[in-house]
Amino acid sequence: MKMDLLTSLYVFMLAAFIGLEVIRRVSPLLHTPLMSLTNALDAIAVVGAILLAGEHRSTLSTVLGTIAIVAATSNVVGGFFITDRMLKMFKASRSPKP
Amino acid sequence: MNIFASTDVIIEITYLIATALFILSLKWMSSPATARRGCWAGELGMLLAIMGTLLNRGIVDYNWIAIALVLGTVIGIPLGKVQMTAVPQRTALSHAFGALCVTLVGTAEFYLRAPTVPPFLMSVLSMEVILGSLTFTGSLMAAGKLQEILPQRPIIYKGQNIVNLGMLACAIGVAVVLVMHPERTGLFPVIVAVPLLFGVLMIIPIGGADMPTVISLLNSYAGLSAAAMGFVLYSKLLIVAGALDGASGLILSVNMSKAMNRSFTNVLFGAFGQETTAAKGGVEARAVRSATPEEAAGILAAANKVVIVPGYGMAVAQAQHKVRELYDILTKQGIDVKFGIHPVAGRMPGHMNVLLAEADIPYDKLLDMDEINGDFPQTDVALIIGANDVTNPAARTDSTSPIFGMPILDVDKARTVMVIKRSMAAGFAGIDNPLYYLDKTLMLFGDAKGFVGSIVRELSGGGHG
Repeated sequence: MKMDLLTSLYVFMLAAFIGLEVIRRVSPLLHTPLMSLTNALDAIAVVGAILLAGEHRSTLSTVLGTIAIVAATSNVVGGFFITDRMLKMFKASRSPKP
Repeated sequence: MNIFASTDVIIEITYLIATALFILSLKWMSSPATARRGCWAGELGMLLAIMGTLLNRGIVDYNWIAIALVLGTVIGIPLGKVQMTAVPQRTALSHAFGALCVTLVGTAEFYLRAPTVPPFLMSVLSMEVILGSLTFTGSLMAAGKLQEILPQRPIIYKGQNIVNLGMLACAIGVAVVLVMHPERTGLFPVIVAVPLLFGVLMIIPIGGADMPTVISLLNSYAGLSAAAMGFVLYSKLLIVAGALDGASGLILSVNMSKAMNRSFTNVLFGAFGQETTAAKGGVEARAVRSATPEEAAGILAAANKVVIVPGYGMAVAQAQHKVRELYDILTKQGIDVKFGIHPVAGRMPGHMNVLLAEADIPYDKLLDMDEINGDFPQTDVALIIGANDVTNPAARTDSTSPIFGMPILDVDKARTVMVIKRSMAAGFAGIDNPLYYLDKTLMLFGDAKGFVGSIVRELSGGGHG
């Protein structure tokens, strides 16, 4: 599905505004897991790499695509794994204030 | 035909759901109570998107994809299992992997499309490759410095900024030529190689204390390069994910640069870490008061309200678990203990919170600089563990100080200040800290872990006796 330049720019602009608004609300407590989470989400670039490696349009593109999948997948797996490990550690006081 | 068309629709729908899940994922990160749900939403979105992509009928061979997915998983698992103290370098390394992926895909796309690349496509492709390659080497350098494989000291030479900006200008210039003449494929390696070198040179002048800003900035670059890749591949999902990551990195970078009182343009051009290394000479030997663990324990036991200020020194000494014991013992005696955390404490945004959370300290006791600063005048003891410049009152009072104007934790307003420190050596910025010479300040010389341990022993012994 093709889209034109303007559609892409609209999507980018809207996503950037959503990103700024949503992330502004993230507590500074969670800035480290936030960074590892966005890093894992960013590894969605793996979809581009999968197409590149699978479509076999040239030897170069298949090789580069395959390496790119390895790099991105390690971010997906490692990124979500460590984010969840960190978030699991954040606990509230045992006796919260009434 | 019909079947193919419906497959395309299914793929697009999985992407749409994934996009929504990614946004929800970040929205749920706003509070620790919902944050894990956020992480799961992200995982589900990622899984859907990958499954959707695998349905694509353009894919003729799954072997390499399968091998690469397995290999990536094998590398990813240990990267997800690192120690919490190693999280900054792990994050830098993953920025490098993300950027590597983007650069490789960009390179492959160029050679598939050359020599006829439309001008707009060539511009975003150049942006993707330039940002990707400089983020790749820059992040590797940052990871190397954080892991202490590379020297942490900033390396500075004359004309450094001119060399760096010149290289960046060269890469952009060549990219412009390529936009006008995409058939000159021989120029393409230049816009990969020059930014690769630029990434290395950009990080060379950076010292350890600047790492939180640098990591955030690299995070932002990695996101923007992924968004550029989305433009190249016409993928809305990728544009959204890249924009979210870019925005997150941008917000963190702005936060960090504010917390260090550096202008954002200064940060954007990678020109941090200079000047401040010129330490002021002629520090006169002034008298400080030091105390033993017994004395420190006595003062803490007599307090009603204690604020602990951790810094990178606590992480280096691995003292967070001993600090938790101290927290437990003081809380049990009815003393109100809180933690005051400066935005740039540690080596990445939020670093201290993760270490203290790992040591089982409840997150509602971990307070941001703005939240805690009003409490210091009512605080009996401010205990500083391995932090220096972020507590330096010269930032408020001495307009000649290199850190003048930097927001600090107002520990000097507490009734008593105790500083655990190895020696009187100056902090990262090489600036003397007048806090140490105040009458209310007690210096506790020693290793953070050992000293806190001794205080804990004193307090538990005293409690029984």
